[in-house]
Amino acid sequence: MFEAISFYLFSFLVIASFWVAVTTSQALYALTALAAGMILISGFYFTLGADFLGAIQIIVYSGAVLALYAFGMMFFDTTREVKEKKPNKAIVTTLAVLAAVLTVAIVAAPIVSQNIVALYPSVESVGNTQQIGVVLFTKYLVPFEVAAVMLLVAMIAGIVLAGKKMDISLTKLSESEIEKQNAEELV
Amino acid sequence: MEIGLNHYLVLATILFGIGLYGVMRRKNLLMLFFATEILLNSVNIGFAAISHYYADLTGQMFAFFVIAIAASEVAVGLGLLIVWYKRHNSIDLDEMSVMRG
Repeated sequence: MFEAISFYLFSFLVIASFWVAVTTSQALYALTALAAGMILISGFYFTLGADFLGAIQIIVYSGAVLALYAFGMMFFDTTREVKEKKPNKAIVTTLAVLAAVLTVAIVAAPIVSQNIVALYPSVESVGNTQQIGVVLFTKYLVPFEVAAVMLLVAMIAGIVLAGKKMDISLTKLSESEIEKQNAEELV
Repeated sequence: MEIGLNHYLVLATILFGIGLYGVMRRKNLLMLFFATEILLNSVNIGFAAISHYYADLTGQMFAFFVIAIAASEVAVGLGLLIVWYKRHNSIDLDEMSVMRG
């Protein structure tokens, strides 16, 4: 009963806020609606017993990703209205719905066959976070390390791309040129 | 009424549809990034639901890796967007289609 109430409440709120995020013409409204939707999605995770995933959702999405977007938006002119494409609305909506149904059908197709066996079955007596830790650091250790390297590469790429004066490579300049650069900065 | 796996899959479908609609409709590249975040989140809901109803942790594992990929996509994408904006003073997708360098 309560599960149904929470499911329908959260679904309505998430769908509404994401709809606002994709349709509004104000960039700030879109960002705020997206943040609200991200936090509300973690409600589903807590209902589904994936506590750790819910906490990660709040920390990574609402904390890191949306803060990054908020900082990124300082570079752009967000006060002016966002111009939109004017394609045929019916075609866009039909294509979106068809593609979504097709994707879920492909993902859910093995379920119909009813012979799914749990690879890493969850244990009732152990907490979700502990189970995640055990499976992540035994069966998924290599993907975990690869993801760590990927995040490091992304971090360096972000710093290099967005940082100031990063188009000048200090390693390729001679000493006198670097001193000239520094002198120009001081002026 | 009992909430089953199909409820969550239908919800994931609806959110995926909203995200795709946003991807096809938006001309501003920042808004396009928002729509891709919605796409990734809808898939995560599906993973978590399947993980719960089949008592299998694999779904949650994949959701974690999807979150990691989303985070690095944002870092690199936003950096490229800032570089583009510094050069061209606009992040319109239609102007990007002309590759003049």
